[in-house]
Amino acid sequence: MTDLHWLPTLPDWRQRLKNLPADPATAWEKAVGLANARLNFVLTNALDETVRRIFPQQPANLPTKTVRLAVLGSATTTHLLPAIRVAGLRRGIWIDTYENDYGQYLQDLTDPGSALHAFQPTAILISLDAYHLTSGITAAMAQDDADAALAEMQDRLHQVWAAAREAFGCPILQQTVLGLHRPILGNNEHRLAGSRAWFAARLNQAMRGMAAEQGIDLLPIDDRAAMDGVAKWHDAALWHRSKQEIAPTIAPLYGDLVGRWVAALQGRSYKCLVLDLDNTLWGGVIGDDGLEGIVLGQGSPLGEAYTAFQDYARELSRRGVILAVCSKNDEANALEPFDKHPDMVLKRGDIACFVANWQNKADNIRAIAQALNIGIDSLVFIDDNPFERDLVRQELPMVAVPEVSDDPVFYPVAIADAGYFEALAITEEDRERTAQYQGNKAREALKASVTDLPAYLRGLEMTLISKRFDRIGLQRIVQLINKSNQFNLTTRRYTEAEVAAVMTDPAAFGLQLRLTDRFGDNGVIAIIIGRLRPDGDLYIDTWLMSCRVLGRQVEATTLNLICQEAARMGARRLVGEYIPSKKNGMVKDHYARLGFATKETGNDGGSVSVLDLASFIPAEIFIHVVEG
Amino acid sequence: MATEAEVYAGLTEIFHDVFMRDDIVLAPELTAKQVQGWDSFKQIEIIMASEEKWGIKFNTRELDALRCVGDLAKMVATKTS
Repeated sequence: MTDLHWLPTLPDWRQRLKNLPADPATAWEKAVGLANARLNFVLTNALDETVRRIFPQQPANLPTKTVRLAVLGSATTTHLLPAIRVAGLRRGIWIDTYENDYGQYLQDLTDPGSALHAFQPTAILISLDAYHLTSGITAAMAQDDADAALAEMQDRLHQVWAAAREAFGCPILQQTVLGLHRPILGNNEHRLAGSRAWFAARLNQAMRGMAAEQGIDLLPIDDRAAMDGVAKWHDAALWHRSKQEIAPTIAPLYGDLVGRWVAALQGRSYKCLVLDLDNTLWGGVIGDDGLEGIVLGQGSPLGEAYTAFQDYARELSRRGVILAVCSKNDEANALEPFDKHPDMVLKRGDIACFVANWQNKADNIRAIAQALNIGIDSLVFIDDNPFERDLVRQELPMVAVPEVSDDPVFYPVAIADAGYFEALAITEEDRERTAQYQGNKAREALKASVTDLPAYLRGLEMTLISKRFDRIGLQRIVQLINKSNQFNLTTRRYTEAEVAAVMTDPAAFGLQLRLTDRFGDNGVIAIIIGRLRPDGDLYIDTWLMSCRVLGRQVEATTLNLICQEAARMGARRLVGEYIPSKKNGMVKDHYARLGFATKETGNDGGSVSVLDLASFIPAEIFIHVVEG
Repeated sequence: MATEAEVYAGLTEIFHDVFMRDDIVLAPELTAKQVQGWDSFKQIEIIMASEEKWGIKFNTRELDALRCVGDLAKMVATKTS
């Protein structure tokens, strides 16, 4: 995958680009937002051009350091510059760029009167193409000649680096050699001393050692191309046409690789990975499926994929990335797998801050940053649920939220390809960091909610499709009735025949509720069974809901629907019962929250509540309701 | 095969993105000379954006033979058939 797949696609991106204000004071933040979308090279160029028009110079008062980046190249690099600048923008960094006249990088470096010297770079990228670096190498060469040529090439690189350092004393990024040469000998190309492909490979190896000695950073496009395929990076036809070694189509990725280096130099890499739990660290919902029911570890491909993701996260933490958890769960349920599941790779000790509750995730993420005492702009949040991702992106645009599918195989890919945690070196402190954070802090009380949730919900375009029980839905209804544990007021389990009986009972109704929003169809997310009693009360026999849609006003909307049904049947009051179980503590106050009066409370914590239909005022809701 | 209308609609979006102008109206006889800023780099952008959009690939001879928008549209239509 060579596009910026971890960034979200913004459907109205073009319109938002057009609407960028001409006023630099307000345009910057919006432009940063546009840069954080999945852009191809054409849109990247369009954004760059627009931003340069609004800002003839860098905007004032940026919290980041402006970078003057000289790109010294042996071939055409013009098409890479917009993507590099946009990659800076993506991170809130203004990058001014310079490029040498075609092929003139050495002259530029060594001539104090050159335009490069006038530019006074604060960072230098050396981009030498593979044709240039292997010129003179030929299959006719003997081993000694090839070795001498390699030594000479290393000398030349040393000289370029020394000249750059002497003149400007700034950080240097050296691009490695793209393996674009076709073999001359074949599989055992390394036996041909004068092979250009083998020479490039040897030079790449030598560069790693030299760079370490000299304190030069590398831009390892050879490694990237090994993963992506050289053909994604290099198009020979384009080389012949315009001397572009690096294809314009991959410029956004190339630019981003440079951008993350620039950010790392300023200490602006991300520091902490915040993990969702259900369907992110394991398959399934721990509160409903239980320890035995979640998918994790050996025995299924999916379970192994979750294990592999946990392993990737643990590797990150071992080199200094802080791990945190942010999950909608009862805390005891959320902690259980960490303590008891044999296939959990991550243990409690790996998590520096563990937040599991039913509040919205934007507020919880704020609290995590506060608890860990790190900037909220140093957090990356991974969640399989598009609703949660979008909420956090809207409320906390400074938090990185990788776009992922529901396939855990790609979670490490998204995090790795995004380069959030780019680091230039590794220190002892890095290795000990997670332990420090763990020691300093466990769980602080969460601050009061500050997110403007109603405004967000309004924009979600939610539709609740209400449908009576029917034959088509029967299987799913039975499944939900027998599986849901957490948001389940009475935990009554029914067989298919019992559910079917509700369909024909004139004194009962069954509702299956489906929720759609602009992310798509959430499927059937709630089940209601109501029974009219001889005394004229409508008893809510079953009310269950998927925790996925918690906090989205589905509860209040559902109550409105129940009231409608009750009124239709001639009921005067609703009677709701809470029967406590081991897992449904979260709905203990469900009816009280909805305005029911509690009538009886049992010793076991159970309760019966009533709502008078005559005095009931439906809550204001943002969900559009349709009959299915 | 993409219809002529589909090809022109797709190319129009590409041209609007590449030149950042919504007022470009594509016609078969339109050439680089008539559009401000249509240089060899923009030409490559247009070609590569077309390749990406339709999942096709032009060869060197085909690219050399391109004279006007009509040539490009015809080639896209042929390659998507």
